[in-house]
Amino acid sequence: MTGFGGGAAIVGIGATEFSRDAGRSELQLACEAIRDALGDAGLEPAAVDGIVSYTVDPVEETELVRSLGFREIGFSSRVPYGGGGSMGTLLHAAAAITSGAAEVVVAYRAVRARSGASRFGGPKTRPSPTSGHSGTTAMQWCMPYGVLTPASWMALNATRYMHAFGVTNADFGRAVVQLRSYAETNPAAWGYKRPMTLDDHQASRWIAEPCIRMFDCCQETDGSVALVMTARDRAADLRNPPVVIGAAATAGLFEQEIASDHYRPDLAVMDGSVALARRLFDSGFRRDELDAAMIYDAFSPILLMQLEALGFCGPGEAKGFVADANLGLDGALPTNTNGGLIGEGYIHGLNLVLEAARQLRGTAVNQVAQARRVLVTASRTGAILTRD
Amino acid sequence: MVTADSAIYWDAAAERRLVAQRCAGCGALRHPPRPMCPVCHSLEFEAATLSGRGTLYSYAVLHHPQHPAFDYPVLAALVDLEEGVRLVSNLVDVEAADIEIGMPLEVTFAPTVDDRAVPVFRPAR
Ligand SMILES: [Zn+2]
Repeated sequence: MTGFGGGAAIVGIGATEFSRDAGRSELQLACEAIRDALGDAGLEPAAVDGIVSYTVDPVEETELVRSLGFREIGFSSRVPYGGGGSMGTLLHAAAAITSGAAEVVVAYRAVRARSGASRFGGPKTRPSPTSGHSGTTAMQWCMPYGVLTPASWMALNATRYMHAFGVTNADFGRAVVQLRSYAETNPAAWGYKRPMTLDDHQASRWIAEPCIRMFDCCQETDGSVALVMTARDRAADLRNPPVVIGAAATAGLFEQEIASDHYRPDLAVMDGSVALARRLFDSGFRRDELDAAMIYDAFSPILLMQLEALGFCGPGEAKGFVADANLGLDGALPTNTNGGLIGEGYIHGLNLVLEAARQLRGTAVNQVAQARRVLVTASRTGAILTRD
Repeated sequence: MVTADSAIYWDAAAERRLVAQRCAGCGALRHPPRPMCPVCHSLEFEAATLSGRGTLYSYAVLHHPQHPAFDYPVLAALVDLEEGVRLVSNLVDVEAADIEIGMPLEVTFAPTVDDRAVPVFRPAR
């Protein structure tokens, strides 16, 4: 049961500017994004009775309630899996709304990934206190070996993928060129008016050889985004057309870690995304009726790997799918039309949901004509959003 | 960093032994360590000494960003041991250009702080 009968909808979106130094706290950033999302919806703070985020957000729910003036919270939750949990906020919110646990749910993410105490892409030498990397797992198996960064963790999987299917770094570069082309026209994006060619990509320095160059990495970003969700039948009275949560799902597998996901048998396939796709498309939606997709691209290799795992092309076929311009506005699956996390910025994935909502409202900078169904996914969490 | 659940692995490594947990209930090997066998739920286990022989499953030559505790480039590896256990480790005694997925490897031990050591891998001789 992943469909919820379309009973819940996104009715408000809000965002701060995206920058490299916000000059204010994550709490303030979150407050600003949520205030703007409530204003976009036309709802008062007192209407909010649910709060959802995902692991490693530094903003405490109690502090949000205190600053924003929420009155009584009936439901709160956090999705595991780091940024891979970002789209799980839609499942949690829809489950809360359709079960009656909450009427109006806010989802948020606030980061100072560039200017904060620890740069997101920088070396990690201790487990994050809020990441769930306690006990025996994750970091301690990598840290003694200098495998300290998200790029290094994912590179081990990406090299295996390249080996399995004869993929080159230039194949990843072609996807990055498409993302940067979208970003070039998006005033909110880091990549706004910053054109990039495949030659530029191939000249950028190695981060992790043979798979990840500098331009394959998302932008460490400061900022916050927020969503307001409520029941679809209530949405009719609100300010903007509802973006219906048609289906939502998450999938976490045996022996799977978060970014340091090295223990599944075949790392050339993102099998968490395979499981996610099965759950999502069990709802009755079909891949060929999607008008666009927003796919978590913290690093370019996982964009191609997810295109395969989600079933948009066969194993090893993503490089051809990308080279044939299928991610572009005239392609089979316009993807990450805001520039993605690589071109727009990295609000830990959740900014991709805002782009999906803009596509369905018809207000995107790089608008897909008559977009009616848009997929949002982050590795092992995702949703299908629809225009009412 | 070492926790109550992971000490079995790192303490053996400090003595230059490569081990994995073997369930005392059903005999299943497992890594990373954990308190309970996921097959039979036994809480009893032993430290099974492994051969140290395996093949390179994947790798990455790490250039940036850099941490002062390591020499760059770091040769990061996923090693599939012949007993069916996969490890994150480093490659030593090999040039980056000579690394090939599938190459046979054997364990050796690299000293770390406090007179301890961690398992690393070199081309099999
Ligand atoms: Zn057992």
